[in-house]
Amino acid sequence: MIKFEHVSKVYTDGFKAVDSVSFEVPEGEFLVLIGPSGSGKSTTMKMINRMIPHTNGTISIDGKDITKLNPSELRRNIGYVIQQIGLFPHYTIEKNIAIVPELKGWDKEKIKDRVKELLIMVDLDPEVYGSRYPKELSGGQQQRVGVARALASDPRVLLMDEPFGALDPITRDQLQDQLITLQRKLKKTIVFVTHDMDEALKLGDRIAIMKDGNLLQIDTPEKILQEPASNFVEEFIGKDRIIQNPELMPVVSVMTTRVVTSLLNLSPEKALLMMRQQKITSLIIENDLDDSFIGLISAYELIKKMNSIQSIEEILIVPEHTLTITATAKDAIMMMPSVKYGVIPVLNEAKKVVGIVTRGTLLTALSSQWTELEGINE
Amino acid sequence: MNNLNIWEQFMQQAEMRWSEVLEATSVHIQLVFFSMLIAIVLGIGLGILITRVPKLSTVVLGGAGIMQTIPSLALLGFMIPIFGIGVNTAIAALFLYSLLPIIRNTYTGIKDVNKATVEAAKGMGMTSLQVLIKVELPLAIPMIMAGVRTAAVINVGTATLAAFIGAGGLGDFIFLGITRGIDGLILLGAIPAALLAIILEIFFTYLERWTTPEGLK
Repeated sequence: MIKFEHVSKVYTDGFKAVDSVSFEVPEGEFLVLIGPSGSGKSTTMKMINRMIPHTNGTISIDGKDITKLNPSELRRNIGYVIQQIGLFPHYTIEKNIAIVPELKGWDKEKIKDRVKELLIMVDLDPEVYGSRYPKELSGGQQQRVGVARALASDPRVLLMDEPFGALDPITRDQLQDQLITLQRKLKKTIVFVTHDMDEALKLGDRIAIMKDGNLLQIDTPEKILQEPASNFVEEFIGKDRIIQNPELMPVVSVMTTRVVTSLLNLSPEKALLMMRQQKITSLIIENDLDDSFIGLISAYELIKKMNSIQSIEEILIVPEHTLTITATAKDAIMMMPSVKYGVIPVLNEAKKVVGIVTRGTLLTALSSQWTELEGINE
Repeated sequence: MNNLNIWEQFMQQAEMRWSEVLEATSVHIQLVFFSMLIAIVLGIGLGILITRVPKLSTVVLGGAGIMQTIPSLALLGFMIPIFGIGVNTAIAALFLYSLLPIIRNTYTGIKDVNKATVEAAKGMGMTSLQVLIKVELPLAIPMIMAGVRTAAVINVGTATLAAFIGAGGLGDFIFLGITRGIDGLILLGAIPAALLAIILEIFFTYLERWTTPEGLK
C-alpha cells in the first residue's frame, strides 16, 4: 500500500509543483493520475520511487517511509515504465528485460526462464524477438518490452508515466487491453499517469484528478462522472464523456418511471381499455400481496388473442431478462436485442418495478445527451 | 650531390641512414604512445568528471581549448623551464595538445546519450556508477574513439616538432634537411611520419567500428 501524507514538492525557486497532497493506494489497486500539463501528476508519481525527491510530508510504502530506504534498492522493487520507453539500444531484448533481475543478482537459469515467461506474457515470441535489438522493433513492440522489463523482478508496485502516449491509437488500444488482462492476473499496485481521460476511464479502478499541484478529486470512474467535485473536474472530464461510456451511465437515466401496474385478476377487456387510455403498449402485472413483479402484458398480444382468452394470465409474459436498479445503460443496451416486445423492467431490492426501459426510452435518453452535446459544441 | 633530383636524394639518404630512420621512428612512436596514453586516461577521466560536476565543464573545456590555440612550437618552448630539454618535455606538451579532442568528445558523447535511456536506467535502480559503466560509456564509445583518433593524428604531426627541443623522433631529419638544404633528407622524416599518421587513422577507424555496440551499428 502506498500512502501520501501532506506531500509537497517545492523547488528552490519557490515553485510548488505538488502542494500538500494526501491519498492512499491500497494493495492491488490501479490508480490513474490525470490532469493538464503542469498539474503535478508526473511529479507526484516520480516521488514514489524518489526519481524526484519530495520536500515535505511523508510517502510510505507498506508503512515504510521511503526516505529511510536506499534509493536504488527502492527502485529495484518498483516497476517503472516511461513514455519514451528507454530501452537500452546496446542490449538485446532479452538483456533489456534481464536488467533488474541481474541487478538483484538472480542466477542465470532463473533469469533466462523469467525473460522467456515475460516475453510470452506480453505476446512476443521469445525465439523471434529475444535476440533482437530495440531498433529492430516497432514502437508498440518496444513498449511491450518496456512493460515486461518493469515486471521482470515481479515487483508489487508499478509506476507508469504516460506509457502509451507516444503510440498510434490502434496500438495504444491494444496495449491498454493487454494491460487490463495482465492486471487481472497479476493484481499489482499500479500508479499510472495520463492526460487522456478515455484512457483513465478505461484503466483506472480509481482516478485522481490534479490541477496546479493540488489533488481535486480521487474516486471511482463512475463517481467522477456522476458527481464531479468541482467545475474544473466537470469541465476536464468533458460533457460528452458519459454518452461515450454507457457503462458509466446508470440505468435509471435511460428508463421511464411512467409505469402502469395492475393485478392479475384484471379482465382482458379492461386491460385493453386501460392501455388504450394510458397510451402504453405494455402493462406491468404485480403480485397482490407485496406488489412484487410477476410479468407483463403486451398490447399487441392482447389484441391478437382478445377473442380466444378468458383471462390475461394466458398471455402473461414472464421475462427472462430484468435489470436491477444498480445496472448501467450499457447493460440495458446489450440486453435489448434479446428481449421480447422490447421492454425491460427495472426492479429494486424488493423486486418491485421502479421503471421500464424500452427502445423508445433508450433512444430518447441517448439522443437528448447527444443534442445537449451538440448545443455545447456550438 | 646537388645535381641529384629529389627522389635520388631521398634514396641516397635512406641508404645511408636507414638504421637511424628506424631508431627515430621508434622514438617517434614512443613520444606519441606515451603522450596519448596519458591523454586518453586523463582526457576520458576529465570528460566524465565534468558530466558529473557541470560547474567544472567551462573551466576544463576552456582550459583545454586554450591549450589547443597555443602554437605547438610555443607550447613545446613553454615546457622547457618546467621539464628541461628532452623526451619528458615533448611528451608533456604532446599530452596537453591531445587533451581537448578527447575531453570534448567524452563529454559530448555522454551528454548525447538519450535522456530516456538514462532515466530508465536510474528508475530501474542502477547506481550512478552502474549507469556510467553499463549505459553511458558503452553508448558514448563511438564518440570517444573519434576523439582519440583525432588526437592521435594531430599528435603524430606535432611530434615532429619535438626534435626542436632535443627529444628526437622523425623531426630530426626534417630539421637537418632544412638547415642543410637537402630536400631528400626532409622527405626521409616526412614520409615515415605521414605513413604513421595514416596507419594510426586506419587503426583507430577499425577500433572505433569494433568497439561500437552491436545494437548501434
